[in-house]
Amino acid sequence: MQTAGGVSACLPIHSDLDLVWVRQHVRQAAAQLGFGLVEQTKLVTAASELARNTLIHGGGGQMECAPVAAGGVQGLRLAFSDEGPGIPDLDRALMDGFTSGEGLGMGLGGARRLVHDFKIDSRPGGGTTVTVTTWLSVPPRPREER
Amino acid sequence: MPEQETAAHRRTPAQEVAGFLRDRQEQIAQRWADAALFRTVFTHSRDEAVEAGRAVVDALAAVATAEAVEDAESGGFHVVRDQLARTAASRARAGSSITDISREVDALRPPVTELFLAEFPDAPAEHVRECTTTLTVLMGTLRLVVLETALSEGEEVIHRQRLQLLEVATPVIKLWEGIVAVPLIGTLDSARSQVVMETLLDSIVEQHARFAILDITGVPTVDSLVAQHLMKTVAAARLMGAECIVSGIRPPIAQTIVHLGIDLSSVLTRASLADALAYALRQQGADIVAREGAGSEYR
Ligand SMILES: Nc1ncnc2c1ncn2[C@@H]1O[C@H](COP(=O)(O)OP(=O)(O)O)[C@@H](O)[C@H]1O
Ligand SMILES: [Mg+2]
Repeated sequence: MQTAGGVSACLPIHSDLDLVWVRQHVRQAAAQLGFGLVEQTKLVTAASELARNTLIHGGGGQMECAPVAAGGVQGLRLAFSDEGPGIPDLDRALMDGFTSGEGLGMGLGGARRLVHDFKIDSRPGGGTTVTVTTWLSVPPRPREER
Repeated sequence: MPEQETAAHRRTPAQEVAGFLRDRQEQIAQRWADAALFRTVFTHSRDEAVEAGRAVVDALAAVATAEAVEDAESGGFHVVRDQLARTAASRARAGSSITDISREVDALRPPVTELFLAEFPDAPAEHVRECTTTLTVLMGTLRLVVLETALSEGEEVIHRQRLQLLEVATPVIKLWEGIVAVPLIGTLDSARSQVVMETLLDSIVEQHARFAILDITGVPTVDSLVAQHLMKTVAAARLMGAECIVSGIRPPIAQTIVHLGIDLSSVLTRASLADALAYALRQQGADIVAREGAGSEYR
């Protein structure tokens, strides 16, 4: 129904200003796919957390935004990737309150709670990619990754 | 002159240059006053240009004395750094590019070298060459210092403009005796949060405020960084003896904050700016009551 134009995008994440574009794009893409205000706000907030991690912890990178469909349900998938130091201990990083910097340490765990699907690919020294998906209605089962 | 020759042999090139600069300070300053860099900056008075030139020669002599001709951080430059910054800034305002300024500083060198060569017609060629090299290096370092100050001056201007913008965007409003409010609009990045916090704390002191209302109706996203800034501001205000009230957390944002896992229970919140004001007034012993017969009723 909707045209994918304006939803798919690859945005650079290299400055505070880029974070503003990321949020704006996600908000607009989510609205275009028909997400309600609460889901929009949750996804934008998750994107803000993950993009800031890409910038601060990953040393910069990018976000890829794409519409997805599974089992007749539409969703929005965001992938944040960087070539940074990677995350040595995923469990610890996901723990609420853990930070290696000066943040609140709520970004990763918080983002996971704000979306339907959440996946981290990270190798020490090999960069980090966090992929999240939010579906327009109940997550389809079985979940289908890409 | 045998005496001069032995003196020349005793001194290192840098010391030779330092001595020359001190001895010939006035002549150098006079020549520089006619060079583009000083002439265009000190348009009103040639005396000022000469004065400025003297200070720079002094600085160069101090740097050479310290045997630090290659060191742009040398203490000798400190005294003239501000002056050089103003000079560079003035050229930049007049439309000169960094390259132009660099060229103008370069143009200060030939008159000095000329004077120097005229000074020692009989000194050993080797020694004179070493000294002119030292002088050239020293003048190159001066150029570096000028360019550095010019660039940081440029950053400074941008920084100031940015701060001004930020200030414009965050007015602190006195709502009532002892009650101030900031309606926050737009993105709360770290720089802006810092300004908000500072202006708010300043006005708490100025207005002897007991209550400070942070209205975030106009903030589109509250993530953990924004929340952290809000909590820091609230804590700082508390230390100043004021209670902060955060108002305007819209329902989708409230839900998101909960999912995010951020605990704002230490922060006093109210749905709207009006609610926050009513609360603060009540705490101060004032009450908002609807006039009798008025259509609506304030809860
Ligand atoms: N893209 C990334 N690259 C490297 N490390 C990361 C990345 N994202 C998160 N981390 C690590 O995980 C920790 C927790 O992240 P987060 O929950 O967002 O908290 P915060 O950003 O406040 O530190 C970070 O402190 C950091 O050590
Ligand atoms: Mg984070």
